[in-house]
Amino acid sequence: MRPIRKTFRYAAIAMLAVAASSVSAEEPTRGGTLIWSMGGTPRHLNPAVQSGIWTGQPGAQLFATPLRFDENWNPHPYLAREWDISDDGLTVTLKLVEGATFHDGHPITSSDVAFSIMTVKANHPFKTMMAPVESVETPDDLTAVIKLSKPHPALLLAMSSQLLSIIPEHIYGDGQDPKSHPRNSEDVVGSGPFKFVEFKRDQHIILERNENFFIEGRPYVDRIIMRIIKDPSSRTIAVEKGETLLATFEANPRELARMKENDQLVVTDQGYAAIGPLVWLAFNHQREPTSDPAVRRAIAYAVDRNFIINALLLGAPTEARTGFHPGSIFYEPDVEPYDLDIDKANQLLDEAGYERGADGMRFPLTVDFGSAFTRPHAEYLKPQLKKIGIDMTVRASPDFPSWAKRVSNHEFDLTWDVVFNWGDPVIGVHRTYLSTNIKKGVIWSNTQGYANPKVDEMLDLGGRELDAEKRRAIYSDVQKLLADELPVYWVHTLPYHTVYSKRIGNPPKTIWGTSSPLDEIYVRPE
Amino acid sequence: MSVLTLLVRRGGNGLALLLAVLVLNFTLIHNAPGDVADTIAGDMGGADAEVMAQIRRDYGLDRPFHEQLLAYVGKLARGDLGYSFFFNQPVTELLLERLPATLLLVLSAQVLAIMLGTVLGVIAARHPNGLLSHGVTIFALLGFSAPVFWTGIMLIILFCSIFPVFPVAGMIDVTVEGGWFVKTLDVLYHLFLPMVTLASIFLALYSRLARASMLDVLGTDYVRTAQAKGLSEFQVVYKHALRNALGPVVTLAGLQFSGIVSGAVLVETVFSWPGLGTLAFQSITARDAPMVLGILFFSSLVVIVANLVTDLVYSLIDPRIRIGHRG
Repeated sequence: MRPIRKTFRYAAIAMLAVAASSVSAEEPTRGGTLIWSMGGTPRHLNPAVQSGIWTGQPGAQLFATPLRFDENWNPHPYLAREWDISDDGLTVTLKLVEGATFHDGHPITSSDVAFSIMTVKANHPFKTMMAPVESVETPDDLTAVIKLSKPHPALLLAMSSQLLSIIPEHIYGDGQDPKSHPRNSEDVVGSGPFKFVEFKRDQHIILERNENFFIEGRPYVDRIIMRIIKDPSSRTIAVEKGETLLATFEANPRELARMKENDQLVVTDQGYAAIGPLVWLAFNHQREPTSDPAVRRAIAYAVDRNFIINALLLGAPTEARTGFHPGSIFYEPDVEPYDLDIDKANQLLDEAGYERGADGMRFPLTVDFGSAFTRPHAEYLKPQLKKIGIDMTVRASPDFPSWAKRVSNHEFDLTWDVVFNWGDPVIGVHRTYLSTNIKKGVIWSNTQGYANPKVDEMLDLGGRELDAEKRRAIYSDVQKLLADELPVYWVHTLPYHTVYSKRIGNPPKTIWGTSSPLDEIYVRPE
Repeated sequence: MSVLTLLVRRGGNGLALLLAVLVLNFTLIHNAPGDVADTIAGDMGGADAEVMAQIRRDYGLDRPFHEQLLAYVGKLARGDLGYSFFFNQPVTELLLERLPATLLLVLSAQVLAIMLGTVLGVIAARHPNGLLSHGVTIFALLGFSAPVFWTGIMLIILFCSIFPVFPVAGMIDVTVEGGWFVKTLDVLYHLFLPMVTLASIFLALYSRLARASMLDVLGTDYVRTAQAKGLSEFQVVYKHALRNALGPVVTLAGLQFSGIVSGAVLVETVFSWPGLGTLAFQSITARDAPMVLGILFFSSLVVIVANLVTDLVYSLIDPRIRIGHRG
């Protein structure tokens, strides 16, 4: 059984056709500098031990991964020219490209791959990515054989973008803790399309073309300067003026609306499907009355998703009806959408026996919010839920850790939350619903305290099903079941957008967007 | 009393003050909800219980409060400010990396505000009910009451977008090639808008103070005497009166140094100025205790030194004030 290999072959043919047509359209410009603005500063630049979008973007330029994905979720060869999954799904064999070297000239061998996988397994915060990996064998310099304890379809995505950076063993294998290794911030050596030049925290990251990149003739750009500009309106003006040519992870609706009006700029939400950021309203299942499904459904019916998307956020986000990002291949839109219906909401509460008191209120609840982005969402609930007799108190937290403390210790009724899918459901979706992941003190675990053995079982099946169609069917059923039980009420995507000047050719479009190697991007002369 | 005695006595007081500041702040950070493990997990898009426990072990956050405090003070006594939890880099290194940017911004803004503010104040004082005086008052009030981030954004929109003459953000343009002279010009070019923005708050204070103080002085006998003996208006105002009117301005300037970190946070954020202010803000929200304490330790030092310098400057502009003489 090799369905994935097959998909890959077909996809490769399709890709060749696409590549051929785009080549005939325009020859990429070589040289030049890509100036790119980012809204945050990375802790350091080694994605093997640090997750997150600010490390992931430069990280994907510095470090190559075994695989890469296109815009349709198909895997493609990258550092691994071939991969093979055994019929029982317990052995994954990678064949590395020949002659690939790290930026310091050392050849990349299977031993670096084994070292990287074990470093990620031991240190990366997303434990589920490499948890089934028992060992990595290296029969020869270019072959790495990954031995798994159970079939693990998530492994393919977990070997792309920023999730499995191949790091040099001769540097990081020196016995120091890789999480605080000095070479994470200085003189960083990977094998990606760009080499490290300078990292000044809160100022810039400078990268230059890797002339020995293992893909002949790439990258096209000579230099990348990532400017760290934290103020969103400054980033807008910089890209409007042409001071920067690319802005990524832009989510401010007003700034986006303004940039959309500029005919020199392209504003797109393509490139965020894998990261899959979602905004939802979470319920505490270990408290009354939110432990009652009728109350959760009533609140969902009373919240007007369209108003939030179009009035509060100026149409920037996309509707999300489930815990999967709408750009995911597993997204199931055919579930109860909980469109606005105040009467139905009131009826549900009446039937469940929540009577209105003398003041017209049935019960009080508080709502928290974890980021400034969802403050309007929280404030909106007060007048809106009053219509169904819920007396809301909006509770602001001074900063992220204060909110995280409350929510991760289950000290909340409702909270707005922003959670990312991170590629495969096993990495970023299961964690919210598995009863085994109710872990006090850990943010973005199952902080709702939701437990359903049926859901646990289905997620476990989905996590080990290698057949793409069967896997999709399992996740479709999970989404329908969850939409009925409503552990959280999913509302919309976090409207991450990429903004780029029309001078940019081959803009980042894959599912990982700018968190994947930009070896094909080029800058047309002014 | 000699300058030396003053230095020794102030030094002793300063040390005690520093220790108090550190213990107080250590307690505050320790008791703030959440810790650096929460922040790191948040930054990384999630983490499991084991990873978070590991982070807490690595940074000694699982030890009792008094042990952590003693360990910190002990290290500090040996001159070691420790490692930043969040950035995994020595605090001293990070501090020194950021200090020049903040000093440049705050000092240049202060100098601009003091000079311009004094001149405006004096002009206003000479004709206290004139149009110019009212103009200065209104201008000063606007500068003072407008939120500084708003002023900053407005200046950016005006001078970077509508009339694109200044760069939007940062302290340098890394694409600029050339020798130190070109690079210095580039920094000054980037400095202009944040400096003006930060100066706009202080300008109000200084001009109002200079005006009031000048009005007082202009009404005194010795000024009348100077006028009576036929000195020119310029000499009376700028040589005789101004010198005495400057006292309060200098006091205020000294006090303003306490705001060296806090005052610049917003301006640094709006202009992506890589200074201590943004670092402080980030470190507080990240619960990066060693970094926060390092910055507070450093800014306490600055305040203590600034107060000392203020006292010394007093004696220069007004010989009646003796150093260390407490009346």
